[in-house]
Amino acid sequence: MQLKHGFARAAALAVLMMGTSPMALMAETPADTLVVADAIDDIVSIDPHEAFEFSGVDLNNNVYDTLIELDPTKPGELVPGLAESWSVADDGMTYTFKIKSGITFSSGNPLTAEDAAGSLRRVVKMNKTPAFILTQFGLTAENVDQMITFDGDTVTLKTDKTYAPSFVYNCLTAGVANIVDMKTVMEHEADGDMGNGWLKANSAGTGAYVLKSFKPNEGYVLEARQGHWRGDAKIKNVFMQHIPEGATERLLLEKGDIDIARELTPTDLEGLAGNADVKIQGDVGGQVYYLALNQKKAELANPKVQEAMRWAIDYTGMQDSILKGLWVVHQNFLPKGFLGSIDENPYSLDIEKAKALMAESGLTLPIEIGFTVRNNQERMDIATSIQNTFAQIGINLVLDVGDGKQGLETYRGRKHDITLQTWGPDYPDPHTNASTFAMNPDNSDEANNTGYLAWRTAWDPGAELNAETAAAVEEKDSAKRVEMYGDIQRKVRDHSAFVLMFQQARQDAMRANVSGFYAGGATDSASYWTVTK
Amino acid sequence: MTGVPSLPHENRLLRLSGQIGLGLLTLAITLLGLLLVTFLIGRVVPIDPVLSIVGERATEAQMQAIRDKLGLDLPMWQQFFIYVRDAMQGDLGTSIRTGESVSSEISRYFPATLELATLGTIFGTLVGVPAGVLAATRPGSIADQIVRVVGLMGYSMPIFWLGLIGLLVFYGHLGWVAGPGRLDPAFGMMMEFTLKPYTGMILIDAALNGAWDVFANALSHIILPAGLLGYVSMAYISRMTRSFMMNELGQEYITTARVKGMPEWRVIWVHAMKNVLVPLITVIALSYAYLLEGSVLTETIFAWPGLGSYITNGLFAADMPAVLGGTVVVGVAFVTLNMASDILYRLVDPRART
Repeated sequence: MQLKHGFARAAALAVLMMGTSPMALMAETPADTLVVADAIDDIVSIDPHEAFEFSGVDLNNNVYDTLIELDPTKPGELVPGLAESWSVADDGMTYTFKIKSGITFSSGNPLTAEDAAGSLRRVVKMNKTPAFILTQFGLTAENVDQMITFDGDTVTLKTDKTYAPSFVYNCLTAGVANIVDMKTVMEHEADGDMGNGWLKANSAGTGAYVLKSFKPNEGYVLEARQGHWRGDAKIKNVFMQHIPEGATERLLLEKGDIDIARELTPTDLEGLAGNADVKIQGDVGGQVYYLALNQKKAELANPKVQEAMRWAIDYTGMQDSILKGLWVVHQNFLPKGFLGSIDENPYSLDIEKAKALMAESGLTLPIEIGFTVRNNQERMDIATSIQNTFAQIGINLVLDVGDGKQGLETYRGRKHDITLQTWGPDYPDPHTNASTFAMNPDNSDEANNTGYLAWRTAWDPGAELNAETAAAVEEKDSAKRVEMYGDIQRKVRDHSAFVLMFQQARQDAMRANVSGFYAGGATDSASYWTVTK
Repeated sequence: MTGVPSLPHENRLLRLSGQIGLGLLTLAITLLGLLLVTFLIGRVVPIDPVLSIVGERATEAQMQAIRDKLGLDLPMWQQFFIYVRDAMQGDLGTSIRTGESVSSEISRYFPATLELATLGTIFGTLVGVPAGVLAATRPGSIADQIVRVVGLMGYSMPIFWLGLIGLLVFYGHLGWVAGPGRLDPAFGMMMEFTLKPYTGMILIDAALNGAWDVFANALSHIILPAGLLGYVSMAYISRMTRSFMMNELGQEYITTARVKGMPEWRVIWVHAMKNVLVPLITVIALSYAYLLEGSVLTETIFAWPGLGSYITNGLFAADMPAVLGGTVVVGVAFVTLNMASDILYRLVDPRART
């Protein structure tokens, strides 16, 4: 009986309180709090030396800093981060960084050159997925203690040979080169993991925020630090909520329960247009959409067929309808925003021209070609459009639709005919895309060089292009380097097994009172410390 | 009532323990079978789990290191044996994707699902049973038609669409309930940092902590998704109740009761209901178990971090420990509910005791 009473009371109270719940009254989020909705189930780890997915790197960008940073307003230009100055010695292999003084970690520990050197060494020693961004300079677990050293307030990094300094610097702006509080991290070491387990649920950085809580597939909470070296963030708390469904995000945004929605579909964005309480902020992203034509298939190795295909795609039609706002026409492998990116998009839908090229190919038409596509709405829409226009020039595409991982296995196993793929740069330097689209040192099956997209699609760029790409990454003169990448991109665009089509665009919708949010462009990640409300 | 003489006391105890033993054996065999099938499916899907850990750019050496660590090169029967051995000790392994222990991940996701499914089943039963009875006692009437149409909608409308419309109307336009998620961020903080966790079910934990503002907020968040799941199970329960009840109402003992002049409510709710209850318990238990699997679509729309999305995410990443762990939990829930409904039979139907 007692229990029944208790329950009845609780239920009655609950019903009463529902009417007065702050939810019902609150039309907007608190002024010092930013509530962001995004799909964050891509996160595998938030240890900055392991994180390699967009959402995890976004998070880390707000709690950690790198030695040097890319200027968001000028592609390819560097600005100081935790280092006040940096230089490369005449030998072209010794880089030094002078660490700023007076910066503290969230633990209160002062930032030292030892932390900076220790962090970069940690990346190499743990050797998690993004470690190659640093190990490509000849760093190994065995030699890293000699290659990366510190003295006073200076960190020295030695490379195994000479590279373009801009290449080394750009790589040091990547998330994997974030500096952590080595003292705190090593205090939490377990079974020789260098604190990896602990950093999966905690942060130890110099960033504007400190991680208060992280729940995979649910969200995280960031809290602003007092006395941050960039100046205190205006927003005290950042709540990230994992909301995978665009329509749900849109509704929350319209109601004012979230401030920023980052996973909206073109339909949602269209629905939001004209809403005075909401604004939409466009930006570019780093990914590119392309077709890979397997060169083991004779028809696809025919240069006339390749060229015909480039003229038989309705680039702008797709951009303006199915890809509205999320992808823009871009026919070069370096995304806009990268050092060396070019803007020329020479191809457009021209069926007659494509037909003529097909006639010159010497093939008996129509030809039948397999088309491996991942089973998702956007990709299926693109595939259908291409299937339609290709059919008009005598290429019948047979769709092979599967899960993303399955399609990737087919591609890595060189078992596709044509596949529709996206590629995202691994670090903010042109070499990341050039090395995979324009390089393939050994095209044999045995080489199994799955890291090179050119290998995956069995395309041999030839000695000249291989050499040019290798030279570009060593070119000391930045202006010359930019020129070289322009040339490499044109060659790949016009004569390769790739058909480059689109670059990612980003559309973040936010409440009208939110300003200063920076999504990160093609080379950087989201910044919350710049936001005001 | 049944005419079977009551058995000596020890004999019944013996029988009961025998039944429990048999139940446990069934549980073990069912789970083993479940594990085997899930394990085999996990191994035949053409997805390489290693790829989802190391990413696209990894070298062959990095991939091999992971393969060795996970024991993926061992013969399949050996991998299965190791898995079952660990599972029996309560160790469901480590998630391939996150490197976290599967047991601790599930202990975070399952309470969210349990809370939602329980509330949904309560809704479904409280509405579904009376609606079914109403329809059965007035077949062909307007009430019957309404119950049928409403039930049919619950069956046939995609839950995804229903959920979005529900959100649009009750949250977007009317503002009667809170939006997606389990709590508002501010209350979420409170829950996480100041309250003591007991069960992982927010309603219960908030009540135990006496944090009624958190409770109210959680309730306003859960009401819509639970109502939605409740609607779907209501559709099923009301249809089944109707047909069970119709069947009973045609029996001779009902006619006898009516001839005796017994009030109609008593005929229906006491005499007929007693017999309807037996199959109905199975129906309710099954629909509860179904909700416990976690409804992926509902969880997606309502940003509800439950078991359904956990298993689905695991599948997409070829994270077999996560998928197997989730399957074990669902399997245990299924078998337990089955056993519970068996025990309930015996309480409501003396014939089942023999």
